[in-house]
Amino acid sequence: MLDLIWLLPTFPLLGFLILALAEGKLAKGPAGWIGAGSIGLSFAVAALVAVSFLQSGLESHTVPIWTWMSVAGFDPGVNLYLDGLALVMILVITGVGFLIHVYSTGYMADDPDFSRFFCYMNLFVFAMLLLVLGDNLLLLYLGWEGVGLCSYLLIGFWYDDPYNGYAARKAFVVTRVGDTAMAIGLFLLFAQLGTLNIQDMLHAAEAEWAVGSSLPAITALLLLGGAVGKSAQLPLQTWLPDAMAGPTPISALIHAATMVTAGVYLIARTHTLFELAPNVQLLVAWVGLITLLMAGFTAMTQNDIKRILAFSTVSQIGYMFLGLGVGAWSGAIFHLMTHAFFKALLFLGAGAVILSLHHEQDIFRMGAKRKQLPVGFLCFLIGGLALTAFPYTSGYFSKDEILIAALEVEGQGIWLWLGGVIGAFFTGIYTFRLFFVVFFGESRGHHDATEVKGLNIALPLFILMALSLFGGWIPVPLDAVFSHGAEHEEHHISAFMHGVMIALPLAGIAISYLFYGSGILSVEKLMSLPVSRALHRFWNSGWGMDRLYDFLFVNPFLYLARVNAKDIVDAFYDMLAALSRAGHLLIVRTQTGYLRWYALSMAAGLVALIAIGVLL
Amino acid sequence: MILTLLVALLFVGGLLAWFSERINPALPRWIALAVLAIELLLMLSLLGADSVNGPENGWLAAYNHAWLPRFGISLQFAADGFSLLLLLLTAFLGIVAVGSAWSEITKRAGFFYFNLLWTLAGVVGIFTALDLFLFFFFWEVMLIPMYFIIAIWGHENKFYAAKKFFIFTQVSGLIMLVSIVVLAWFHYLQFGFFSFAYQDLLNVRMNRNMEMWVMLGFFIGFATKLPSVPFHNWLPDAHSQAPSAGSIILAGVLLKTGAYGLVRFAVPLFPNAAAEFAPFAMTLAAISILYCAKVAFAQSDIKRLIAYTSVSHMGFVTLGVYAWNELALQGAVMTMLAHGLSSAALFMLAGALQHRIHTRNMHEMGGFWGRVPRMSAVALFFSIAALGMPGLGNFIGEFLVLLGAFQANHVLTIISAFGLIFASVYSLWVIQKIFHGKYSDSAFDSSRLLDLDNREMAFYAAMMAGLVWMGVYPQSFLDLSAPTLQALLESQAGAAAVGALQP
Repeated sequence: MLDLIWLLPTFPLLGFLILALAEGKLAKGPAGWIGAGSIGLSFAVAALVAVSFLQSGLESHTVPIWTWMSVAGFDPGVNLYLDGLALVMILVITGVGFLIHVYSTGYMADDPDFSRFFCYMNLFVFAMLLLVLGDNLLLLYLGWEGVGLCSYLLIGFWYDDPYNGYAARKAFVVTRVGDTAMAIGLFLLFAQLGTLNIQDMLHAAEAEWAVGSSLPAITALLLLGGAVGKSAQLPLQTWLPDAMAGPTPISALIHAATMVTAGVYLIARTHTLFELAPNVQLLVAWVGLITLLMAGFTAMTQNDIKRILAFSTVSQIGYMFLGLGVGAWSGAIFHLMTHAFFKALLFLGAGAVILSLHHEQDIFRMGAKRKQLPVGFLCFLIGGLALTAFPYTSGYFSKDEILIAALEVEGQGIWLWLGGVIGAFFTGIYTFRLFFVVFFGESRGHHDATEVKGLNIALPLFILMALSLFGGWIPVPLDAVFSHGAEHEEHHISAFMHGVMIALPLAGIAISYLFYGSGILSVEKLMSLPVSRALHRFWNSGWGMDRLYDFLFVNPFLYLARVNAKDIVDAFYDMLAALSRAGHLLIVRTQTGYLRWYALSMAAGLVALIAIGVLL
Repeated sequence: MILTLLVALLFVGGLLAWFSERINPALPRWIALAVLAIELLLMLSLLGADSVNGPENGWLAAYNHAWLPRFGISLQFAADGFSLLLLLLTAFLGIVAVGSAWSEITKRAGFFYFNLLWTLAGVVGIFTALDLFLFFFFWEVMLIPMYFIIAIWGHENKFYAAKKFFIFTQVSGLIMLVSIVVLAWFHYLQFGFFSFAYQDLLNVRMNRNMEMWVMLGFFIGFATKLPSVPFHNWLPDAHSQAPSAGSIILAGVLLKTGAYGLVRFAVPLFPNAAAEFAPFAMTLAAISILYCAKVAFAQSDIKRLIAYTSVSHMGFVTLGVYAWNELALQGAVMTMLAHGLSSAALFMLAGALQHRIHTRNMHEMGGFWGRVPRMSAVALFFSIAALGMPGLGNFIGEFLVLLGAFQANHVLTIISAFGLIFASVYSLWVIQKIFHGKYSDSAFDSSRLLDLDNREMAFYAAMMAGLVWMGVYPQSFLDLSAPTLQALLESQAGAAAVGALQP
């Protein structure tokens, strides 16, 4: 059974090829069946693989397909590698992916480019599966770039609006900055260790490199560069909020559940390397912490329902990075999984709300919608609780694991823990601000909204609700993957600390209620202070990062491109041409045809020659 | 024998095409197509050939006949796996060029196909000639018909572009000729007889300064053709003015003669000078990659833009050649092949657009996806290939170049790798300006904006299949060029260069 994992990426690839070769001539019915069905088949295979993997004793398994290339000792194969980590990933990708595909057949039903949408979606799932199944970093890189391409195509799916194109290009180019760092990391790893096969490379690194030496630190930093690009962490997080320009199912699948967590996967996959570079690993934790706080502040100030969720995603991936950085490898992957459930639920719920309200995205033009949109209300209630780590929802277990592990880090642990807990407090505020503003209070627009109907929309939502509530009880078979690391089996934490961890998110919910649910406290009054207005502006702009990058990189590049559009090098050759033309004209002048002129110039030349001879 | 046949067939076919126009104006294109199809088949027949003159040197076919024995000049042709790959590319893109000219070229079609076939004859000669005098002969043969193609069938500014093309290549060619003669002269001094044969000239030893000067002569000749900064300025003009078929041959094939020359001659003939020069060449490569990517982004003329991206991509070839290890060289060869296909396809698309709506200005376009979805998808595919998407040929080439070059020079490789970011900036910008955004037809006649027909689509599909093949199973190509490159590396000349290149 395990040898059949090559079928996993094959179905989406076939789906992509059929939809692409049909050139959009397929009717929506068959196109939807092919698009969603291919992922369904993959999920079926993944489930069978999971069963036989768990029965076979969690041994990792490699399935070679073909040798990609073989040049001078560089011989990456198209080989698939399955272990507990890959298993969790493929189940999330095909499982959540399938639900989102089914949902999309309803959500995109009226779109004229229906089949192009599923074409790109299938290509995405294909690339994402290769990313997590590749046994070497080059195949991983193929998937990595492939998902980036699909992300670009799908953000810019509605290409009529130039803003969507801008958002798509921004996503691609910003992540490519990280990708390039990662590529350089691959060059260095190959030059030093002679292989890009992940397991061989990690063994070689462990054997040859001392803990804390410079080479593992440099390579880990370069891989981290790739990870922060893809996973929208500081300093490359700016693309994700704009990526919300894409259709909402895309935001759920690519920009919440799967692709943006690829960086987390990469670091977990190469965790041995990070353990060899403790400083870089600690840096991962701090990157995660700072990102999760910054994004949390910004999420509190956004009005667009999808942008709130986007900043929340950045913030939650920050938790995963924090987990990676403190050595809670399986905690981070666990949070990746539960986050995929509840954030997919929130995005799909948001999609249902947006569709019901005729593409309204401003939460302050909604209000009191709990009666009109009961399913959406339920989505946000359950998804919101899981997101704020309400006890015994899925998010509670995973966030708990990460924060407890953070506390156990020597020295800086208490700060990492405190930051994470404060972040959880903000999570409560921004999540329930959205919730109360949209579903409570008084209706501020779209008074006659009716909820979108359809089983293909409702069913995925209900399944995701169940997963968000109970997903925390799913055991993840990761011990064999991270066994030799510093994994903490027994956590010791005082009841007080644990109480704080549970209470702060609830306090956040309470504050949201006071401001937005009940109106006891007034936002207007708060905003009348100049300092809060300034802070609001600053946070709302994403801490001014976009403006900073425009100033540092984009504008200089555009300026240079504009002033040198004609290519300055050409001026040199134009000058040569002009000089030779001038010389030609000068010499033409001397051809006067007058004998006296020739005689005079000969005499002058003679005198000049003699003068030179005498003087030298 | 087969190699002389390859060259002769193109010369004769060209004359036939020219004269056949009097019988029927549709005849020349059929003759050109038939000749190129036969060429392709002949070349494919070499694929299974055993190497001649012993297995170790890897020549799949060879021909030698004295020409001017007094000066040691002979008609020496030979092809190994490396030449064969480029020959196949030449014939394939030749067919594509004929396909693109099929309905575009109506004026003096006979003479057009004559020039096209003669240019290709020059190219085939370059890829097979092992006598440097003969090589130079073909170098010139390639040039003049191309001059006519630009000057007669070009666009609004064709005479300027044709002249610029001619002067750049002619001047650099003359510098190379001087170097060839000096090299032969040193052979005479050292061995007592003249020879222009490649194998003989490999043994010539010169003092350090002389070797550097002679090597530079070759380098300038090839770097102009490639082209590399600062010798690239003929290319944007030539490309933007040439008809599509001319652009296809220029970008897909002619540029590769420069790269071929670097690998075959400029480095092996002068191992020490090349090793000493390598950091400079790699610096020029890095500048080409980044500078031309930046200039490309600023263009509004699509063909100029693609021309600058060509310079940028060929920078990876230079980088790979002067890193001079197997990874980097294989990468350079893959880049030559993949860029041959992707740039030819992009120029063909630009030509198809110009043929339809009579403009190359991107600012007059936009939102074409809804009108011409096929063309848009094809353009997207080749743009994605050009920006180095894994799974397609260009990625294999550029990645191997960088992987190999990293072992030779960390800093320049890292700088060059930023080209990957720049490539995504300009590639996606083209897609945005032409195919995305709001549709507007204020600048052209909307009814003429038709999607690709099946004949056009067949050519693009063939090129797409080629790029996928290169990207998914590059081994088919790597295996062909490997013996040549390994022999070059292992030869004493190569070994000296490698030793000197170590940081």
